[in-house]
Amino acid sequence: MNITELTVHELQEKLKNKELTSYEITKAYIDRINEKENEVGAFVTVTEDLALEQAKKIDEENNAEKAYAENNSEQAKKEEDNNLAGIPIGIKDNLCTKGIRTTCSSKMLENFIAPYNATVVENVLKEKMPVLGKLNMDEFAMGSSTENSSIKITHNPWNLSKVPGGSSGGSAAAVASNMVPWALGSDTGGSIRQPASLCGVVGLKPTYGLVSRYGLVAFASSLDQVGPITKDVRDSALLLNVIAGHDEKDTTSCNVPKVDYTKALKNDVKGLKIGVPREFFGDGIDKEVKEKLQEAIEIYKELGAIVEETSLNVAEYALATYYIIACAEASSNLGRFDGIRYGYRAKDYSNLKELFVNSRTEGFGDEVKRRIILGTYVLSSGYYDAYYKKAQKARTFVKKQFDDQFKKYDVLLTPVSPTTAFNIGEKKDNPLEMYLADICTVSINVASVPAISLPCGVDSRGMPIGMQLIGDRFKEETILNAAYTFEQKIKFRENYKPEFKKN
Amino acid sequence: MSSEDYELVVGLEVHAELSTKTKIFCSCESSYGEEPNTNICPVCTGMPGALPVLNEKVVEYAVKAGLATNCTISKDSKNDRKNYFYPDTPRAYQISQFDKPLCEHGYIEIEDDNGNPKKIRILRIHIEDDAGKLNHNEFTGGSLVDLNRAGVPLIEIVSEPDIRSSKEADRYLKKLKSILQYIDVSDCKMQEGSLRADVNVSVHKRKEPFGTRCEMKNMNSFKSIQRAIDYEKDRQIYEVEHGNTITQESLRWDDLDGRTYQMRDKEDAQDYRYFPEPDLVAIRLSDEYIEKIKEELPEMPESRKERYMKELGLSEKDANFLTSSKAYSDMFEKAGEICKNYKAVCNWLNSDIARILNEKELEPEQIPFSAEHLAGLVTLIDKGTISSSIGKKVLDELFENPRNPEKIIEEKGWIQISDESAIKEVVLKVLESNPQSIIDFKAGKDRALGFLVGQAMKETKGKANPKMLNEMFLEELKK
Repeated sequence: MNITELTVHELQEKLKNKELTSYEITKAYIDRINEKENEVGAFVTVTEDLALEQAKKIDEENNAEKAYAENNSEQAKKEEDNNLAGIPIGIKDNLCTKGIRTTCSSKMLENFIAPYNATVVENVLKEKMPVLGKLNMDEFAMGSSTENSSIKITHNPWNLSKVPGGSSGGSAAAVASNMVPWALGSDTGGSIRQPASLCGVVGLKPTYGLVSRYGLVAFASSLDQVGPITKDVRDSALLLNVIAGHDEKDTTSCNVPKVDYTKALKNDVKGLKIGVPREFFGDGIDKEVKEKLQEAIEIYKELGAIVEETSLNVAEYALATYYIIACAEASSNLGRFDGIRYGYRAKDYSNLKELFVNSRTEGFGDEVKRRIILGTYVLSSGYYDAYYKKAQKARTFVKKQFDDQFKKYDVLLTPVSPTTAFNIGEKKDNPLEMYLADICTVSINVASVPAISLPCGVDSRGMPIGMQLIGDRFKEETILNAAYTFEQKIKFRENYKPEFKKN
Repeated sequence: MSSEDYELVVGLEVHAELSTKTKIFCSCESSYGEEPNTNICPVCTGMPGALPVLNEKVVEYAVKAGLATNCTISKDSKNDRKNYFYPDTPRAYQISQFDKPLCEHGYIEIEDDNGNPKKIRILRIHIEDDAGKLNHNEFTGGSLVDLNRAGVPLIEIVSEPDIRSSKEADRYLKKLKSILQYIDVSDCKMQEGSLRADVNVSVHKRKEPFGTRCEMKNMNSFKSIQRAIDYEKDRQIYEVEHGNTITQESLRWDDLDGRTYQMRDKEDAQDYRYFPEPDLVAIRLSDEYIEKIKEELPEMPESRKERYMKELGLSEKDANFLTSSKAYSDMFEKAGEICKNYKAVCNWLNSDIARILNEKELEPEQIPFSAEHLAGLVTLIDKGTISSSIGKKVLDELFENPRNPEKIIEEKGWIQISDESAIKEVVLKVLESNPQSIIDFKAGKDRALGFLVGQAMKETKGKANPKMLNEMFLEELKK
């Protein structure tokens, strides 16, 4: 048995049957990290000792509890079914972890150790999951290739000369290369779904407000969401169970009833109404991507879903709207990195202004600076109405377009990324081209709706192609079931595996 | 032209710290005077990832302030970010309110300089968080940031430019302070910075448009504000008279030099890039909520004043004095109720207590003793246990080391001598050693009696009952 190739629900089963201990699982992943990290570069920090220590402790507790449970059957057994204790996890490096540094892959926070845990991290720790480490990303989650990390370059496990996507590139690459069983990512304009697509794994961006943002280092407050990156759809539902729910520390998190998302996985899409917006299949989308999605559409039809072409004319507004709102909020959110209380402080300065300017000039990378400048510009008096205010109106319009679609359809089906993974360095010096990598994903964040990305095949070079299923607000169950049913049919993981090709 | 031809125009932006137990966006205590950086958490220090949660009490207090100043309460309001870099501002933005303040279009009634009622309109009241404090370190030469105050809730009360003299400004501020104290939303301790004002001053020739205004920021003394307004009025008139134009700028008032100085960085040029705070949801208030707060508002100074005059027979002057401060008024009501001698309580507050506070440069809220203590003092005098001159000494004691007045006079041995034989003994002794006074008295010099009583008081260290002394002396002298 190769432990690291198992999904979380498979590991869960083995833990339950005492075939494996948490220590064995965690150790297997640590060994895998030691074997593959040099090639892939997914981690900013590996917390080997901490993870093994946690795992040991959990095994001891489990033994004690099981002895007890044998005498007190029913209730204990029920709790055991969804027990995730002992399953390790990787965490994107923009989620605050007490005692473990949180760098956001930026020189600015290279040595920053948060004094508190993000709410989602608290949730994970409450479930007693050993933390394997913190995962690489584009600096402050700004980018689509993880090349904007000041820490290291992450390589795509399917082909090491290609990018893993971004910004949660470390999380997706770590899951794809079996260095973690699953991971937490964050998605502001596609940062979970696009790397999941490029790395052939499953990524879910929940409805805005379903998951607490407390402790997620903010990029764009009105768009950011934390979500799972997993090997398959069932794992996605399992991890969503852990992180979803109202948090009184985040007033933008919604008070919706807790549900068990795994219960939604019915392996049945008969009668499901799927809309395919033709605007998402335009000129910029790679031919092979279109072909694979067409195959997927046929599979859904076979499975009994009702698939129709529809028109969702948001792409042309959504990208501009997204970049205005995201940059505006980022320019304000990143003001706190001023060299005063924490983070990077320039060595040379002769007055307060120089302390601010030099620290930020030296501490931030180019893409972060570019977005701060854009955001500062669109909020400036005299430009506010023309850009920010107009973008807010466009956002309302985009939301309405989606609302209209969900009056007709349960799910919208689109590509995730216009192309499969591109070469490292290919788009690095062309920010506009890089921004187009988000063309299929940003409108989902602008509309605050949930979407899942799952693999639907590979291209002629063997690189994974992703499909995006979009749902109405708080209808995660619908898209999870649609994704699960498709996954059961094509069995992507059984047919394709990353091969760590060198070119 | 003379300065008579010019009219002064003043508008005030008053920042009042709300006396909620916790800060506006986190659950840290908002207390004053703690060790630096002890009342802090990830939220109020602007840690990465930390999010604000609006304290409901802050909204309630601000609505109270709005209702007490005749404002319209907005049912649909929101928070906005005001972006700027400064070391005391941990997130690099203040969370304030830009285009949808909680309260709008109110007024406060004051007296103008001729004693006529005048409404000073209030443009808006909004909520926001206070910044931290920079403490200059004399040893290392650097500055240290203390974030205890960061996140303490503030309301900013912005007046229309309706004030026409420094005295009106003073009356407006005192009235506003007393209202905020009456509704118990701010302690308004100016020495602790819980009430501060930005003062906007301009001058213009009568019947001409308003002049360009200058702003003096962060002033926390009523006296300084009056002086600063008068100074600025004269300065601006001088400039205009000499053909110079006034430029809109921020000024700093120097209390020692008695003049204003230009601030080095021109804050007016700053673009705060206001935009809606995406980390907080909109503030929506129901009619029922607003109505409930309205019903729970405590009695306002006007109504107390009326009551003091009608029911307790105080003069308008006394009633004005007492209601000028909630601390006075509260102490008056409480002490009066205990000792049933409202007039005497009023006199103590109005004369000796006000004088001592003035000497010690204290605010009425800082009176160290309780209403029970003051009532006890009045009762001791009323019962004849002590004289009013001993009473003054008891009051001094109350300021130094507040405790039960009965205990004070016991400890100090100040209990009045009212025993007839003891008094007679003193009287005879004084008469014996002052024969000249007896001759003077008999020659019609009434002053001699006063002298003799004084001597007897000296002899008894002030403890003799003055009324009995008087009578006894007269009796003996007439023999």
